[in-house]
Amino acid sequence: MLSYPFMQYAFIASFFISLLCGLMGVFVVARKTAFFTHTLSEISFSGASFGVFLGTSPILGMLIFTILSSFMVGSVGSRLSRRESSISVFSVFFIGLGVLFLALADGQSSYATNILFGSIVGISFSNIVVLVSLSIAILVVTTLIYRKLKYNSFDSVGASFNSRSNTIVSIIFLVLLACTVSVTAQIVGSLLIFALLTIPASSAKYFAHTIAGMTFLSFMFSLIGTWVGLYLSYVTNLPVSFFIAAIETIIYLIAVLWDKFFVN
Amino acid sequence: MKKILEVSNLDVKLKERTLISRLSFEINSGTLTCITGENGVGKTTMVKTLLKNFKNNNHVNFHIKRNQVQYVPQLRNIDDDYPLMIKDFIGLGLQNKLLPWLSKKEKLSIEQVMNETNLAHLARTPLGKASGGEQQRVFLAQALVSNPKLLILDESTASMDKDAKIELLKLVKNITEKTDTAVIFITHDPLLVQKFGDYDLEIKNQEGILKSVKGVNN
Repeated sequence: MLSYPFMQYAFIASFFISLLCGLMGVFVVARKTAFFTHTLSEISFSGASFGVFLGTSPILGMLIFTILSSFMVGSVGSRLSRRESSISVFSVFFIGLGVLFLALADGQSSYATNILFGSIVGISFSNIVVLVSLSIAILVVTTLIYRKLKYNSFDSVGASFNSRSNTIVSIIFLVLLACTVSVTAQIVGSLLIFALLTIPASSAKYFAHTIAGMTFLSFMFSLIGTWVGLYLSYVTNLPVSFFIAAIETIIYLIAVLWDKFFVN
Repeated sequence: MKKILEVSNLDVKLKERTLISRLSFEINSGTLTCITGENGVGKTTMVKTLLKNFKNNNHVNFHIKRNQVQYVPQLRNIDDDYPLMIKDFIGLGLQNKLLPWLSKKEKLSIEQVMNETNLAHLARTPLGKASGGEQQRVFLAQALVSNPKLLILDESTASMDKDAKIELLKLVKNITEKTDTAVIFITHDPLLVQKFGDYDLEIKNQEGILKSVKGVNN
């Protein structure tokens, strides 16, 4: 299996995607912005089809759309973006917009499914380069704002009174998240990236109680899901997205049951 | 005793409505000032107004830096499955450095503050699994770990039973006397004012009157 270059690339890419999702996911879950993350993946879909419509690369459209909406949400404040109604409005609007751009671009519909579900076995070497650079960039920026980010994420009420850099920290985090979603969505699809950003971190918090521990565990959970998923998909010839989603769901169920029966 | 804060002729407003007019008082280091009054007279709004006008107001004059003030808010809504262990939650209060990890000195100050607030045995417990009273001590510890010069407690005792309230205030009093920290304590409870307050700023009819609470302490 590993003698095929496309499988090698898929395994390497999954490693870095898991790294990104582990780190960002812990903060996504702590900030309770899972649903905005979901919206962000829909925004990235509409951004990608905008890119196709313009005739440039989809990633450019994705980055423009997601970063702009991150700035908007970061400065308006998270309260609005957490409201259920505004999330549905955003989602619907951006999916509609994405469909419109695809129709206008006269593109093939296979493109749309590619963006939504990704093509983890269609990874090129240049995809890997972009992924590795993004991972490094996100690690560096997160390190620089780490103390403020953890205060703002794990004690948002306390930080709102005692820290003065909340807005800027929120915007930086959302921009990092936007980049993560845009770059990884090309590979695993915008629907699955939402799963990898939220489920492993939600499971990890039942087993680990430090930020480092939770990050490591969510990284491991993502990695198990993607690697085992790739293997099963190779063996069975069924879609890898299904296996990843199923494995992450099982891990989450185990975590919840473990917490229910063995902790309390 | 040093002056921490001077307020003179401050109008406290919520949107356009004036809640307190021409308020004047002083806060000195090492003292505990209670802010009392009915629900809705503007106690919390007043404290928020003070913090909002930290620098640019002639009515509010702080003699300390902004990061030497710690505000312990009334509500935090910690979920049952909130994961971070108590030790790390307290560490969130250490914000004056950029290093992503905590220095040895910082770790020591977390340990010390946990000993002072009787939390040492809970250091590795997730905050979501701690009781309400324990959580209040954790919030206090998080505020104290950065060695503030002014500590503002907003109804920190509202949800606690009588013994736990007295226990918490004893801790506050002990620690702040040692470190010469000024405390502003927003409360409803006349018993706590009598027992622990040095001053009582009572807000009534849009006015605030500062009185000394006499003959109680010592």
